[in-house]
Amino acid sequence: MPADQPLVVISKSGSKRWISAADTAARKLGLKLGMPASKAQAVVANLTMIDADPSADAAALERLALWALRQYSPVVAVDGMDGIVMDTEGADHLQGGEDLLISGLVNGLRARGLTARAAVADTWGAAHAITRVTSAGTTVVPVGGVAKAVTGLPIHCLRLPPDTVHGLRVMGVETVGELSAMPRAPVTLRYGPEVGRRLDRLFGRMAEPIEPLRTPELVETARNFQEPIGAAETIAKYVRRLVGELTTKLETRGLGVRRSDLVIYRVDNTRQCIRAGLAKPVRDPARLSKLLCDRIEKIDPGFGIERLVLVAIMAEPLEERQAASSLIEEPVVDVTPLVDILGNRGQRLYRVTPVASDVPERSVMRVGPTADETGATWAANWPRPSRLLANPERIDVTALLPDQPPAVFTWRGKRRRVKRADGPERIFGEWWLRPREHAAVRDYFVVEDEAGERYWVYRAGDGVDTDTGSHLWFLHGVFG
Amino acid sequence: MSRAYNPRMIEELRDRIALLEGSASRKAVVLPFGVRQMDERLPGGGLAYGAVHEIAGGGSGTVDGAAAALFAAGIAARSKGKVLWCLTRPDLFFPAIAQAGLHPDRVIFCEGDKEEDVLASMEEGLSFGGLAAVVGELVRLPMVASRRLQLAAEKTGTIGLVVRRWRRQTEASDFGNPTASTTRWRVSVLPSEELPVAGVGRARWLLELMRVKAGECAEFEIGACDAKGRVCLLPHSANRPDTSTWRGSRAS
Repeated sequence: MPADQPLVVISKSGSKRWISAADTAARKLGLKLGMPASKAQAVVANLTMIDADPSADAAALERLALWALRQYSPVVAVDGMDGIVMDTEGADHLQGGEDLLISGLVNGLRARGLTARAAVADTWGAAHAITRVTSAGTTVVPVGGVAKAVTGLPIHCLRLPPDTVHGLRVMGVETVGELSAMPRAPVTLRYGPEVGRRLDRLFGRMAEPIEPLRTPELVETARNFQEPIGAAETIAKYVRRLVGELTTKLETRGLGVRRSDLVIYRVDNTRQCIRAGLAKPVRDPARLSKLLCDRIEKIDPGFGIERLVLVAIMAEPLEERQAASSLIEEPVVDVTPLVDILGNRGQRLYRVTPVASDVPERSVMRVGPTADETGATWAANWPRPSRLLANPERIDVTALLPDQPPAVFTWRGKRRRVKRADGPERIFGEWWLRPREHAAVRDYFVVEDEAGERYWVYRAGDGVDTDTGSHLWFLHGVFG
Repeated sequence: MSRAYNPRMIEELRDRIALLEGSASRKAVVLPFGVRQMDERLPGGGLAYGAVHEIAGGGSGTVDGAAAALFAAGIAARSKGKVLWCLTRPDLFFPAIAQAGLHPDRVIFCEGDKEEDVLASMEEGLSFGGLAAVVGELVRLPMVASRRLQLAAEKTGTIGLVVRRWRRQTEASDFGNPTASTTRWRVSVLPSEELPVAGVGRARWLLELMRVKAGECAEFEIGACDAKGRVCLLPHSANRPDTSTWRGSRAS
């Protein structure tokens, strides 16, 4: 089906048929949600209409929520008809922070052909309201900024029944700010307690726990405590026991953990999560408990913990392999335990690998720490500096054009006389990738000053033709 | 009195003292430089495994740490196994490190936001046991932190290499403060090796052994790491051809 063909989804109730969803092309033609189907057909000639299938929609949304559960956060639930709610606390660091988490989420969904809006806020209510009202793809509300962010929002995003919203509109209440400024007692008397409850949950005055989505395939172990526990040693002891039980369960199914969540329920009915990710499927209790126990200091037990749940949120088949005998071959050290430990602490781990590019800053690419070893390395026939400046710095140079190295240059306020030099090493722009670099040239020189300090400098341009560059000089690296 | 000299007995006594010191429950193993004059200045004939070694740059190298990083890379290249390289400022250009003999597949980088992260990652790497060397780029190395690193290294026999680089050249006086590391080196750049033609020859370094446990300080003029990570003695030759002019131009 062509993408520019207008498409609408039609809902039915009795003999009434109306538009419940429309794509961008249809909206451009003036079709609106809630418009009767016959009117839409009259407005647009060859309109494609699809009957709504709420049960299939719900099933698809649940599949999406399960994907988010594995990928993003230990606590995920379906939010209404059209949304997913997640508790990202304790899991956002694995994605590099809240900003990266939601932008990655939205981009990932867009790559699958879905248009999504996401918001991070202190409360479920605030995030729900913001995503449904604002047009921005991603919004992050800073901690404590809910009150400021929601005052201007219309009241229909408060998750109230339509009758109540209509009634409030009749009263002249349009925004959340206006509603929250009204005295509570008359509103409750007229519209029931739901309005006050929604407002309290929106502003975080009342807790609104998210009941996490679970499927039968998830391997899970739990432990309830008669007396609430709080000491770090006690938590560590029970975490180890839970890990032991979990690994036994996994062993019977032949699985290994890739991602596991420890959910901590406190006596004051709040919840915390610790998520641990692994580079390869693992079933070793010692490694798993080390990863979880490493972060016990992050747990705030409050008045005590009454329940611990350990879930293997992402499990993959794990085959037992025979260990190589040290007599036959040299044992290869597996560094994934170390990678897991450091990675779960929030360190950025990577290896570097060559890229076939002459431009120095593009010749290095970061790959994952456990990526396959290619054995590739850089050609060693030209000297390269051991420190490369992220942004080449302008230097003032006295040099003969077109291809003489600098005689004197000034970098960071210090004038240096060049004693020895090598060059030029001419590097052309990658015009086959970037059209702007069609004529670009850089001439690199190795220069050494009187003290023996060696630098990598270049001139943008070939020294003759100004099309090839600005003919300014830059310092790009420091040799050891 | 000549009967009193019994080399085996002396060896046994040495072993017992080392055992009491707690540092060498195993036989001390070293990584020699392969340069006789350097190795004989180090106890055991080389850089000790299971110890922390500090390397700083001299002059402007205190800030960029370019030569110090290459020297550390050369040592790591000559060891066997994977290397963990912890840093906060990712300005290392790996093609140069690869030219010092350290293959990119062998190095796992660990980039942290704070100095403390680097220290914690280094300690974790040293106590992991399966690595050949752990390199960390640090500004400050307090006594307590260096002691922890040294103990972690002693437990597993991994070499710890701390590349000290400061934000400003004046802060480098911090290198005088005591730490628990086994050796301390300072690498400063020297004018490169003279070539019979115009150009820049092999880089030369002034390598100062500023402190070594059970040894004397020393200074060497060495040639920078070659493609296998080896250094060599390369003192300045007195009679050299005059190459001060660049291709006969008026540049100098």
